[in-house]
Amino acid sequence: MTQLQARGVVKAYGPTPALRGITLDVAEGEIVAVSGPSGCGKSTLLHCLAGILRPDAGEVLWRGHRIDTWSEAARSRLRRTEFGVLFQFGQLVAELTAAENVALPLLLAGTGRREARTAALTWLERFGVAEVADVRPGQMSGGQQQRCATARALVTEPRVLFADEPTGALDTLAGEQVLTQLVRLAREQETAVVLVTHEPRIAAYADREVVLRDGMVDHTGLGLDAPLAGGRR
Amino acid sequence: MSTPHVLLGLLAGGTKHGYELKRAHDERLPRARPLAFGQVYATLGRLQRDGLVTAAGQEREGGPDRTAYALTGAGHAALDRWLAEVEPPMPYVASTLFAKVLVALMVADVDRARSYLIAQRHAHTDRLRELTGIKTSATASLDDVVAVDFAIAHLDADLRWLHTTLERVADWHREVHS
Repeated sequence: MTQLQARGVVKAYGPTPALRGITLDVAEGEIVAVSGPSGCGKSTLLHCLAGILRPDAGEVLWRGHRIDTWSEAARSRLRRTEFGVLFQFGQLVAELTAAENVALPLLLAGTGRREARTAALTWLERFGVAEVADVRPGQMSGGQQQRCATARALVTEPRVLFADEPTGALDTLAGEQVLTQLVRLAREQETAVVLVTHEPRIAAYADREVVLRDGMVDHTGLGLDAPLAGGRR
Repeated sequence: MSTPHVLLGLLAGGTKHGYELKRAHDERLPRARPLAFGQVYATLGRLQRDGLVTAAGQEREGGPDRTAYALTGAGHAALDRWLAEVEPPMPYVASTLFAKVLVALMVADVDRARSYLIAQRHAHTDRLRELTGIKTSATASLDDVVAVDFAIAHLDADLRWLHTTLERVADWHREVHS
């Protein structure tokens, strides 16, 4: 069943159009890759779907309710309870340990301190980084930081995880390990994932790929100017 | 792929009869083109004729006689030589995909070339997704992951090349017609 929808979403930064009428459905538990070359609008689309940005035109619906008209406070509450967000550089809080970082979304949602720490440790364990539970981000490798960030994004068992180039800063093997674990756990708890990437091999982790080009959905997936450049004759 | 050398490699770990070799081959090279029993025995015959393996006894377990094979000194030497040889890194650009994309861009009409390229990209991405699914499944063995990684890396390279080529052709076309 569809739970998140974009309907004709348009967004511009000043005079520069970023999205030119995007329509996209994400079903419960579905993993959707949004791909395309740099500047095609994929990150902007993720921000609109997650309620971080408001579209200039069009609608974003969560379980049938328009969220693009909600107040910032209401959208922020939705992100805390139903959504998880993960960026290329984990964006851990530098002053907090790994366990405190992972527990943070639970504490913000009102979970007790002890319960939040227990859950955080479980999630660090699932991502194979239990040993850095009491270490601050500055003392961790990039791979460890991103594993912690991924654990933090999933700790509330969100209904949708928005992941923007989540392994872009990692070497191939570390990136694949993070992604494999992310996909396994998302499937286990039926969390839908919107995975933004410019790499075909990363998009292949999804059930389905939506290719963007110049702010629109490119149904051919080829990223071609239409018509096909006319051959070489 | 060099089946004789793979069999020599599998025998380097100890004596095996044909059936065991076939099973070890399928385990260690899980995504390889299937190796028929007939091919195993034919290859063993040639290796024995060339003095690289030798019959190391017969087994009978309520079935037909089974000959076990072992590497000879010459077999070990041949395997070492093969492992020491560096493979020429892509001496020719030889791939049906390469040829077909170029021919499509050269001779096919625009719509046909376009349909072919869209269909080929779909086939590649579908296969990429299928292989990634195998790799991420909880039951994937290291042998599976290693074999699937090889295929994924090559499909990924094909897709990148395909995109770059289309961009280049588009640029070329814009230059010529501007």
